[in-house]
Amino acid sequence: MGGVVPRSVSALPLLLLLLLQAERPRGAELTFELPDNAKQCFHEEVEQGVKFSLDYQVITGGHYDVDCFMKDPLGNTIYSETKKQYDSFTHKAEVKGVYQFCFSNEFSTFSHKTVYFDFQVGDEPPILPDMGNRVTALTQMESACVTIHEALKTVIDSQKHYRLREAQDRARAEDLNSRVSYWSIGETIALFVVSFSQLIWLLCPLPCGEDWALSLDFPPLSSLYLWKPGPEAALQKPHPRGALESALEARTGW
Amino acid sequence: MGRARAAGLALPLLLWQLLALAGGGAAFYLEVRELEEKCFIQEIPDGTVVIGNYKTELYDPAMEKYQPSPQWINLFVFVKDPENKNLLARQYGPRGSFTFTSQSPGEHEVCLHLKSIRFALFYDGKLAIHLDMQLGEHTNDHTELAANDKLTLLHLRIQQLVEQVEKIQKEQEYQRRREEHFRQTSESTNQRVLWWSILQTLILVATGIWQMQHLKSFFKAKKLV
Repeated sequence: MGGVVPRSVSALPLLLLLLLQAERPRGAELTFELPDNAKQCFHEEVEQGVKFSLDYQVITGGHYDVDCFMKDPLGNTIYSETKKQYDSFTHKAEVKGVYQFCFSNEFSTFSHKTVYFDFQVGDEPPILPDMGNRVTALTQMESACVTIHEALKTVIDSQKHYRLREAQDRARAEDLNSRVSYWSIGETIALFVVSFSQLIWLLCPLPCGEDWALSLDFPPLSSLYLWKPGPEAALQKPHPRGALESALEARTGW
Repeated sequence: MGRARAAGLALPLLLWQLLALAGGGAAFYLEVRELEEKCFIQEIPDGTVVIGNYKTELYDPAMEKYQPSPQWINLFVFVKDPENKNLLARQYGPRGSFTFTSQSPGEHEVCLHLKSIRFALFYDGKLAIHLDMQLGEHTNDHTELAANDKLTLLHLRIQQLVEQVEKIQKEQEYQRRREEHFRQTSESTNQRVLWWSILQTLILVATGIWQMQHLKSFFKAKKLV
Protein backbone atom coordinates (compact mmCIF):
# COMPACT_ATOMS: atom_id res chain seq x y z
CA MET A 1 0.00 0.00 0.00
CA GLY A 2 2.56 2.62 -0.94
CA GLY A 3 1.65 6.05 0.36
CA VAL A 4 0.68 9.02 -1.70
CA VAL A 5 3.56 9.83 -3.99
CA PRO A 6 3.79 13.49 -4.92
CA ARG A 7 3.19 13.98 -8.61
CA SER A 8 6.47 15.73 -9.26
CA VAL A 9 8.58 12.90 -7.84
CA SER A 10 6.93 10.19 -9.93
CA ALA A 11 7.24 12.24 -13.09
CA LEU A 12 10.90 13.04 -12.55
CA PRO A 13 12.40 9.63 -13.39
CA LEU A 14 10.52 9.57 -16.66
CA LEU A 15 11.72 13.01 -17.54
CA LEU A 16 15.20 11.82 -16.72
CA LEU A 17 14.73 8.97 -19.13
CA LEU A 18 13.56 11.38 -21.78
CA LEU A 19 16.81 13.24 -21.44
CA LEU A 20 18.78 10.06 -21.53
CA GLN A 21 17.47 9.14 -24.97
CA ALA A 22 20.98 8.30 -25.97
CA GLU A 23 21.13 5.35 -23.63
CA ARG A 24 17.81 3.87 -24.71
CA PRO A 25 18.63 0.41 -25.93
CA ARG A 26 17.44 -0.73 -29.30
CA GLY A 27 17.67 -4.06 -30.99
CA ALA A 28 16.68 -5.49 -34.28
CA GLU A 29 16.70 -9.11 -35.30
CA LEU A 30 15.60 -9.88 -38.79
CA THR A 31 15.79 -12.56 -41.41
CA PHE A 32 15.90 -11.47 -45.02
CA GLU A 33 16.62 -12.98 -48.37
CA LEU A 34 19.69 -11.89 -50.25
CA PRO A 35 19.49 -12.60 -53.99
CA ASP A 36 22.57 -13.63 -55.93
CA ASN A 37 24.99 -10.85 -56.84
CA ALA A 38 23.25 -8.52 -54.44
CA LYS A 39 24.27 -6.48 -51.46
CA GLN A 40 22.00 -5.33 -48.68
CA CYS A 41 22.95 -2.58 -46.26
CA PHE A 42 21.42 -1.48 -43.00
CA HIS A 43 22.14 1.78 -41.26
CA GLU A 44 21.76 2.74 -37.65
CA GLU A 45 22.31 5.93 -35.78
CA VAL A 46 24.51 5.34 -32.75
CA GLU A 47 25.61 7.78 -30.04
CA GLN A 48 29.18 8.08 -28.95
CA GLY A 49 30.46 5.65 -26.36
CA VAL A 50 27.60 3.20 -26.79
CA LYS A 51 28.46 -0.46 -27.21
CA PHE A 52 26.70 -2.34 -29.96
CA SER A 53 26.87 -5.92 -31.17
CA LEU A 54 26.02 -7.67 -34.37
CA ASP A 55 25.62 -11.38 -34.86
CA TYR A 56 24.52 -13.02 -38.03
CA GLN A 57 24.02 -16.48 -39.45
CA VAL A 58 23.26 -17.78 -42.91
CA ILE A 59 20.23 -20.04 -42.86
CA THR A 60 19.78 -21.30 -46.39
CA GLY A 61 21.48 -21.12 -49.72
CA GLY A 62 24.58 -22.34 -51.50
CA HIS A 63 27.49 -23.00 -49.18
CA TYR A 64 25.82 -21.12 -46.34
CA ASP A 65 28.33 -18.29 -46.43
CA VAL A 66 28.11 -14.54 -46.87
CA ASP A 67 30.41 -11.50 -46.86
CA CYS A 68 29.83 -8.95 -44.17
CA PHE A 69 31.44 -5.60 -43.52
CA MET A 70 30.71 -2.71 -41.20
CA LYS A 71 31.58 0.95 -41.66
CA ASP A 72 31.60 3.78 -39.18
CA PRO A 73 30.26 7.28 -40.00
CA LEU A 74 33.68 8.38 -41.23
CA GLY A 75 33.80 5.60 -43.79
CA ASN A 76 36.39 3.42 -42.08
CA THR A 77 35.79 -0.30 -42.21
CA ILE A 78 35.67 -1.52 -38.65
CA TYR A 79 34.77 -5.11 -39.48
CA SER A 80 35.11 -7.08 -42.64
CA GLU A 81 34.81 -10.82 -43.21
CA THR A 82 34.35 -12.86 -46.34
CA LYS A 83 32.49 -16.13 -46.74
CA LYS A 84 31.52 -16.57 -43.14
CA GLN A 85 28.71 -18.84 -42.04
CA TYR A 86 28.04 -17.16 -38.72
CA ASP A 87 29.84 -14.64 -36.61
CA SER A 88 29.45 -12.28 -33.72
CA PHE A 89 31.00 -8.84 -33.42
CA THR A 90 30.88 -6.16 -30.72
CA HIS A 91 32.21 -2.65 -30.92
CA LYS A 92 32.17 0.52 -28.91
CA ALA A 93 31.14 3.52 -30.95
CA GLU A 94 33.96 6.08 -31.05
CA VAL A 95 32.10 8.51 -33.23
CA LYS A 96 28.49 9.55 -33.11
CA GLY A 97 26.71 9.04 -36.38
CA VAL A 98 25.24 6.56 -38.78
CA TYR A 99 26.93 3.17 -38.81
CA GLN A 100 26.22 0.85 -41.67
CA PHE A 101 26.62 -2.87 -41.99
CA CYS A 102 26.25 -4.72 -45.23
CA PHE A 103 25.81 -8.30 -46.31
CA SER A 104 27.08 -9.16 -49.73
CA ASN A 105 26.33 -12.15 -51.93
CA GLU A 106 28.21 -10.79 -54.91
CA PHE A 107 30.56 -13.74 -55.14
CA SER A 108 27.72 -16.15 -55.86
CA THR A 109 26.21 -16.42 -59.29
CA PHE A 110 23.06 -18.39 -58.69
CA SER A 111 22.30 -19.06 -55.05
CA HIS A 112 19.95 -16.96 -52.96
CA LYS A 113 20.92 -16.74 -49.35
CA THR A 114 18.69 -16.24 -46.34
CA VAL A 115 20.56 -14.32 -43.68
CA TYR A 116 19.56 -13.77 -40.06
CA PHE A 117 21.12 -10.94 -38.12
CA ASP A 118 20.69 -9.54 -34.64
CA PHE A 119 21.88 -6.00 -34.03
CA GLN A 120 21.79 -4.76 -30.45
CA VAL A 121 22.65 -1.23 -29.40
CA GLY A 122 23.16 -0.26 -25.80
CA ASP A 123 22.44 -2.21 -22.66
CA GLU A 124 19.23 -3.59 -21.33
CA PRO A 125 17.10 -0.99 -19.54
CA PRO A 126 16.40 -1.32 -15.85
CA ILE A 127 12.95 -2.62 -15.09
CA LEU A 128 11.78 0.73 -13.80
CA PRO A 129 13.25 4.07 -14.84
CA ASP A 130 14.13 5.02 -11.32
CA MET A 131 16.35 1.98 -10.84
CA GLY A 132 19.40 3.97 -11.79
CA ASN A 133 18.92 6.22 -8.80
CA ARG A 134 18.74 3.45 -6.22
CA VAL A 135 21.65 3.32 -3.86
CA THR A 136 20.34 0.71 -1.44
CA ALA A 137 21.53 -2.85 -1.83
CA LEU A 138 19.24 -5.43 -3.35
CA THR A 139 17.49 -7.83 -1.02
CA GLN A 140 18.16 -11.53 -1.40
CA MET A 141 14.87 -11.97 -3.22
CA GLU A 142 15.72 -9.26 -5.67
CA SER A 143 19.20 -10.54 -6.38
CA ALA A 144 17.79 -14.05 -6.84
CA CYS A 145 15.37 -12.57 -9.33
CA VAL A 146 18.18 -10.84 -11.17
CA THR A 147 20.11 -14.12 -11.39
CA ILE A 148 17.09 -15.96 -12.71
CA HIS A 149 16.46 -13.19 -15.21
CA GLU A 150 20.00 -13.42 -16.56
CA ALA A 151 19.78 -17.22 -16.78
CA LEU A 152 16.50 -17.05 -18.64
CA LYS A 153 17.99 -14.59 -21.08
CA THR A 154 20.70 -17.13 -21.82
CA VAL A 155 18.06 -19.80 -22.37
CA ILE A 156 16.13 -17.59 -24.76
CA ASP A 157 19.33 -16.85 -26.65
CA SER A 158 20.27 -20.49 -27.05
CA GLN A 159 16.70 -21.31 -28.09
CA LYS A 160 17.11 -18.77 -30.84
CA HIS A 161 20.27 -20.46 -32.06
CA TYR A 162 18.64 -23.86 -32.02
CA ARG A 163 15.74 -22.49 -33.98
CA LEU A 164 18.08 -21.15 -36.64
CA ARG A 165 20.00 -24.37 -36.85
CA GLU A 166 16.80 -26.37 -37.13
CA ALA A 167 15.59 -24.07 -39.89
CA GLN A 168 18.81 -24.74 -41.75
CA ASP A 169 18.50 -28.51 -41.41
CA ARG A 170 14.86 -28.48 -42.32
CA ALA A 171 15.55 -26.54 -45.51
CA ARG A 172 18.20 -29.06 -46.47
CA ALA A 173 15.93 -32.02 -45.73
CA GLU A 174 13.09 -30.63 -47.81
CA ASP A 175 15.45 -29.88 -50.64
CA LEU A 176 16.75 -33.45 -50.51
CA ASN A 177 13.21 -34.81 -50.52
CA SER A 178 12.17 -32.94 -53.63
CA ARG A 179 15.44 -33.77 -55.39
CA VAL A 180 14.94 -37.49 -54.71
CA SER A 181 11.46 -37.28 -56.26
CA TYR A 182 12.49 -35.49 -59.40
CA TRP A 183 15.56 -37.61 -59.89
CA SER A 184 13.62 -40.86 -59.50
CA ILE A 185 10.91 -39.82 -61.95
CA GLY A 186 13.52 -38.63 -64.42
CA GLU A 187 15.46 -41.86 -64.17
CA THR A 188 12.37 -44.00 -64.76
CA ILE A 189 11.52 -42.03 -67.88
CA ALA A 190 15.11 -42.27 -69.07
CA LEU A 191 15.03 -46.02 -68.48
CA PHE A 192 11.97 -46.47 -70.67
CA VAL A 193 13.28 -44.20 -73.41
CA VAL A 194 16.67 -45.89 -73.50
CA SER A 195 15.31 -49.42 -73.65
CA PHE A 196 12.84 -48.61 -76.42
CA SER A 197 15.29 -46.70 -78.51
CA GLN A 198 17.96 -49.38 -78.07
CA LEU A 199 15.65 -51.98 -79.50
CA ILE A 200 14.48 -49.84 -82.36
CA TRP A 201 17.97 -48.66 -83.27
CA LEU A 202 19.38 -52.18 -83.22
CA LEU A 203 16.68 -53.93 -85.18
CA CYS A 204 15.81 -51.28 -87.63
CA PRO A 205 18.66 -49.35 -89.19
CA LEU A 206 17.36 -46.89 -91.78
CA PRO A 207 15.80 -47.31 -94.23
CA CYS A 208 13.10 -49.54 -92.75
CA GLY A 209 10.39 -51.33 -94.49
CA GLU A 210 6.85 -52.09 -93.64
CA ASP A 211 7.39 -55.87 -93.59
CA TRP A 212 9.88 -55.46 -90.75
CA ALA A 213 7.32 -53.69 -88.64
CA LEU A 214 4.73 -56.33 -89.34
CA SER A 215 7.06 -59.16 -88.41
CA LEU A 216 7.20 -57.92 -84.83
CA ASP A 217 4.14 -58.24 -82.69
CA PHE A 218 3.73 -54.67 -81.36
CA PRO A 219 1.51 -53.07 -83.91
CA PRO A 220 1.64 -49.46 -82.66
CA LEU A 221 5.22 -49.19 -83.81
CA SER A 222 4.31 -49.52 -87.47
CA SER A 223 2.67 -46.15 -87.27
CA LEU A 224 6.08 -44.63 -86.51
CA TYR A 225 7.41 -45.54 -89.93
CA LEU A 226 5.65 -43.29 -92.36
CA TRP A 227 8.14 -43.78 -95.14
CA LYS A 228 7.42 -46.61 -97.46
CA PRO A 229 9.82 -47.66 -100.22
CA GLY A 230 8.40 -46.54 -103.56
CA PRO A 231 8.72 -48.40 -106.87
CA GLU A 232 11.90 -46.48 -107.79
CA ALA A 233 13.71 -47.92 -104.76
CA ALA A 234 14.05 -51.28 -106.46
CA LEU A 235 15.74 -49.70 -109.49
CA GLN A 236 18.28 -47.78 -107.42
CA LYS A 237 21.81 -49.04 -106.95
CA PRO A 238 22.11 -50.37 -103.44
CA HIS A 239 24.27 -48.18 -101.18
CA PRO A 240 27.60 -49.55 -99.91
CA ARG A 241 27.06 -51.84 -96.97
CA GLY A 242 29.15 -52.68 -93.93
CA ALA A 243 30.20 -56.17 -92.90
CA LEU A 244 27.27 -56.79 -90.55
CA GLU A 245 24.75 -55.60 -93.05
CA SER A 246 26.11 -57.78 -95.83
CA ALA A 247 26.11 -60.80 -93.52
CA LEU A 248 22.53 -60.12 -92.53
CA GLU A 249 21.58 -59.68 -96.14
CA ALA A 250 23.12 -62.95 -97.11
CA ARG A 251 21.22 -64.80 -94.41
CA THR A 252 17.86 -63.13 -94.61
CA GLY A 253 17.58 -61.70 -98.08
CA TRP A 254 16.44 -58.41 -96.54
CA MET B 1 -5.14 8.35 -4.89
CA GLY B 2 -4.09 5.80 -7.47
CA ARG B 3 -5.75 7.71 -10.22
CA ALA B 4 -3.90 10.90 -9.44
CA ARG B 5 -0.62 9.02 -9.56
CA ALA B 6 -1.57 7.39 -12.82
CA ALA B 7 -2.48 10.75 -14.27
CA GLY B 8 0.82 12.15 -13.13
CA LEU B 9 2.67 9.46 -15.04
CA ALA B 10 0.43 9.49 -18.07
CA LEU B 11 1.60 12.71 -19.66
CA PRO B 12 5.34 12.07 -19.46
CA LEU B 13 4.72 8.52 -20.65
CA LEU B 14 2.84 9.75 -23.67
CA LEU B 15 5.58 12.24 -24.36
CA TRP B 16 8.14 9.49 -24.11
CA GLN B 17 6.31 7.28 -26.56
CA LEU B 18 5.93 10.13 -29.02
CA LEU B 19 9.58 11.00 -28.77
CA ALA B 20 10.47 7.37 -29.21
CA LEU B 21 8.61 7.25 -32.47
CA ALA B 22 9.41 10.68 -33.79
CA GLY B 23 12.90 11.21 -32.52
CA GLY B 24 16.11 10.17 -34.17
CA GLY B 25 16.22 7.21 -31.86
CA ALA B 26 14.11 4.95 -34.06
CA ALA B 27 15.56 1.60 -35.07
CA PHE B 28 17.87 0.93 -37.99
CA TYR B 29 16.94 2.00 -41.47
CA LEU B 30 17.51 0.67 -44.93
CA GLU B 31 17.75 2.56 -48.16
CA VAL B 32 15.30 1.77 -50.93
CA ARG B 33 14.12 3.21 -54.19
CA GLU B 34 10.46 3.73 -54.96
CA LEU B 35 8.62 0.47 -55.64
CA GLU B 36 11.61 -1.61 -54.58
CA GLU B 37 10.30 -4.44 -52.47
CA LYS B 38 12.11 -5.56 -49.35
CA CYS B 39 11.03 -8.76 -47.69
CA PHE B 40 11.75 -10.11 -44.25
CA ILE B 41 11.07 -13.54 -42.85
CA GLN B 42 9.76 -14.00 -39.34
CA GLU B 43 9.65 -17.49 -37.94
CA ILE B 44 7.07 -17.30 -35.19
CA PRO B 45 4.72 -19.61 -33.27
CA ASP B 46 0.98 -19.16 -33.65
CA GLY B 47 -0.90 -16.51 -31.75
CA THR B 48 2.05 -14.13 -31.74
CA VAL B 49 1.31 -10.46 -32.16
CA VAL B 50 3.84 -8.70 -34.35
CA ILE B 51 4.00 -4.92 -34.21
CA GLY B 52 6.07 -3.06 -36.76
CA ASN B 53 6.82 0.56 -36.04
CA TYR B 54 8.15 2.37 -39.06
CA LYS B 55 9.05 5.78 -40.31
CA THR B 56 9.96 6.74 -43.85
CA GLU B 57 12.25 9.49 -45.04
CA LEU B 58 13.09 11.02 -48.35
CA TYR B 59 16.59 12.06 -49.27
CA ASP B 60 16.90 15.74 -50.01
CA PRO B 61 19.87 16.25 -52.35
CA ALA B 62 19.90 19.98 -51.67
CA MET B 63 20.41 19.53 -47.96
CA GLU B 64 22.24 16.20 -48.34
CA LYS B 65 20.30 14.49 -45.64
CA TYR B 66 17.13 12.60 -45.06
CA GLN B 67 13.95 14.52 -44.35
CA PRO B 68 10.65 13.04 -43.19
CA SER B 69 8.56 11.90 -46.14
CA PRO B 70 5.65 13.95 -47.41
CA GLN B 71 2.14 12.62 -47.03
CA TRP B 72 1.88 11.29 -50.56
CA ILE B 73 4.47 8.58 -50.00
CA ASN B 74 2.75 5.46 -48.74
CA LEU B 75 4.06 2.19 -47.43
CA PHE B 76 2.51 -1.00 -48.73
CA VAL B 77 2.74 -3.93 -46.39
CA PHE B 78 2.08 -7.51 -47.47
CA VAL B 79 2.28 -10.33 -44.98
CA LYS B 80 2.11 -13.95 -46.09
CA ASP B 81 1.63 -16.83 -43.68
CA PRO B 82 3.41 -20.22 -44.01
CA GLU B 83 0.63 -21.50 -46.27
CA ASN B 84 1.12 -18.53 -48.61
CA LYS B 85 -2.16 -16.98 -47.62
CA ASN B 86 -2.34 -13.20 -47.33
CA LEU B 87 -2.51 -12.24 -43.72
CA LEU B 88 -2.19 -8.51 -44.25
CA ALA B 89 -2.27 -6.43 -47.41
CA ARG B 90 -2.61 -2.79 -46.56
CA GLN B 91 -1.45 0.65 -47.39
CA TYR B 92 -0.14 2.89 -44.65
CA GLY B 93 0.96 6.49 -44.39
CA PRO B 94 4.58 7.62 -44.28
CA ARG B 95 4.90 6.85 -40.56
CA GLY B 96 3.04 4.74 -38.08
CA SER B 97 2.80 1.09 -37.28
CA PHE B 98 1.34 -2.07 -38.72
CA THR B 99 0.37 -5.11 -36.74
CA PHE B 100 -0.73 -8.66 -37.42
CA THR B 101 -1.31 -11.84 -35.44
CA SER B 102 -0.01 -15.16 -36.67
CA GLN B 103 -2.66 -17.84 -37.08
CA SER B 104 -0.36 -20.78 -37.73
CA PRO B 105 3.22 -21.42 -36.69
CA GLY B 106 5.95 -21.08 -39.23
CA GLU B 107 7.73 -18.69 -41.54
CA HIS B 108 5.84 -15.52 -42.22
CA GLU B 109 7.03 -13.22 -44.96
CA VAL B 110 6.67 -9.48 -44.44
CA CYS B 111 7.16 -7.45 -47.63
CA LEU B 112 7.32 -3.68 -47.77
CA HIS B 113 7.55 -1.25 -50.61
CA LEU B 114 7.06 2.46 -50.95
CA LYS B 115 4.95 4.15 -53.54
CA SER B 116 4.14 7.76 -54.15
CA ILE B 117 0.43 8.00 -54.69
CA ARG B 118 0.26 11.44 -56.16
CA PHE B 119 3.42 13.04 -57.40
CA ALA B 120 6.25 11.31 -59.19
CA LEU B 121 9.69 11.23 -57.68
CA PHE B 122 11.61 13.20 -60.25
CA TYR B 123 15.18 12.89 -59.19
CA ASP B 124 15.26 9.11 -58.78
CA GLY B 125 14.77 9.67 -55.11
CA LYS B 126 16.42 7.64 -52.40
CA LEU B 127 14.12 6.69 -49.60
CA ALA B 128 14.80 5.29 -46.19
CA ILE B 129 12.55 3.04 -44.14
CA HIS B 130 13.18 2.99 -40.41
CA LEU B 131 11.85 -0.28 -39.10
CA ASP B 132 11.37 -1.77 -35.67
CA MET B 133 9.51 -5.06 -35.50
CA GLN B 134 8.57 -6.40 -32.11
CA LEU B 135 7.27 -9.86 -31.41
CA GLY B 136 4.79 -10.61 -28.71
CA GLU B 137 3.18 -7.97 -26.58
CA HIS B 138 6.52 -6.51 -25.64
CA THR B 139 5.97 -5.10 -22.22
CA ASN B 140 9.32 -3.49 -21.68
CA ASP B 141 7.16 -0.72 -20.49
CA HIS B 142 6.60 -1.70 -16.91
CA THR B 143 5.95 1.80 -15.72
CA GLU B 144 2.41 1.63 -16.99
CA LEU B 145 1.84 -1.63 -15.14
CA ALA B 146 3.33 -0.14 -12.00
CA ALA B 147 1.11 2.88 -12.26
CA ASN B 148 -2.06 0.94 -12.90
CA ASP B 149 -1.68 -1.90 -10.45
CA LYS B 150 0.47 -0.31 -7.78
CA LEU B 151 2.89 -3.22 -7.86
CA THR B 152 6.06 -3.26 -5.88
CA LEU B 153 9.41 -3.68 -7.50
CA LEU B 154 9.63 -7.32 -6.54
CA HIS B 155 6.23 -7.93 -8.06
CA LEU B 156 7.42 -6.40 -11.29
CA ARG B 157 10.51 -8.54 -11.35
CA ILE B 158 8.48 -11.69 -10.82
CA GLN B 159 6.14 -10.54 -13.56
CA GLN B 160 9.06 -10.12 -15.91
CA LEU B 161 10.34 -13.61 -15.06
CA VAL B 162 6.90 -15.11 -15.63
CA GLU B 163 6.75 -13.46 -19.04
CA GLN B 164 10.16 -14.82 -19.93
CA VAL B 165 9.25 -18.34 -18.88
CA GLU B 166 6.03 -18.16 -20.90
CA LYS B 167 8.04 -17.04 -23.90
CA ILE B 168 10.41 -20.00 -23.48
CA GLN B 169 7.50 -22.40 -23.15
CA LYS B 170 5.89 -21.11 -26.30
CA GLU B 171 9.11 -21.41 -28.22
CA GLN B 172 9.62 -24.98 -27.04
CA GLU B 173 6.12 -25.98 -28.08
CA TYR B 174 6.78 -24.46 -31.47
CA GLN B 175 10.08 -26.27 -31.66
CA ARG B 176 8.40 -29.59 -30.96
CA ARG B 177 6.04 -29.05 -33.87
CA ARG B 178 8.87 -28.09 -36.19
CA GLU B 179 10.82 -31.17 -35.23
CA GLU B 180 7.79 -33.33 -35.96
CA HIS B 181 7.50 -31.83 -39.44
CA PHE B 182 11.21 -32.33 -40.01
CA ARG B 183 11.01 -35.95 -38.95
CA GLN B 184 8.11 -36.53 -41.33
CA THR B 185 10.08 -35.03 -44.19
CA SER B 186 13.09 -37.24 -43.45
CA GLU B 187 10.96 -40.36 -43.22
CA SER B 188 9.25 -39.49 -46.47
CA THR B 189 12.63 -39.11 -48.18
CA ASN B 190 13.75 -42.43 -46.78
CA GLN B 191 10.63 -44.19 -48.04
CA ARG B 192 10.85 -42.60 -51.44
CA VAL B 193 14.45 -43.69 -51.88
CA LEU B 194 13.52 -47.24 -50.93
CA TRP B 195 10.45 -47.62 -53.12
CA TRP B 196 11.85 -45.90 -56.18
CA SER B 197 14.98 -48.08 -56.06
CA ILE B 198 12.90 -51.24 -55.94
CA LEU B 199 10.62 -49.99 -58.70
CA GLN B 200 13.51 -49.04 -60.94
CA THR B 201 15.20 -52.39 -60.47
CA LEU B 202 11.98 -54.14 -61.45
CA ILE B 203 11.55 -51.92 -64.48
CA LEU B 204 15.13 -52.62 -65.49
CA VAL B 205 14.64 -56.36 -65.26
CA ALA B 206 11.29 -56.20 -67.05
CA THR B 207 12.60 -54.13 -69.96
CA GLY B 208 15.62 -56.43 -70.21
CA ILE B 209 13.35 -59.45 -70.53
CA TRP B 210 11.13 -57.67 -73.04
CA GLN B 211 14.12 -56.65 -75.14
CA MET B 212 15.54 -60.16 -75.18
CA GLN B 213 12.15 -61.62 -76.05
CA HIS B 214 11.75 -59.38 -79.05
CA LEU B 215 15.30 -59.87 -80.23
CA LYS B 216 14.89 -63.60 -79.96
CA SER B 217 11.62 -63.59 -81.87
CA PHE B 218 13.11 -61.28 -84.50
CA PHE B 219 16.15 -63.47 -85.04
CA LYS B 220 14.03 -66.61 -85.08
CA ALA B 221 11.74 -65.06 -87.65
CA LYS B 222 14.71 -64.11 -89.80
CA LYS B 223 16.19 -67.59 -89.32
CA LEU B 224 19.44 -66.27 -87.79
CA VAL B 225 19.13 -68.50 -84.72
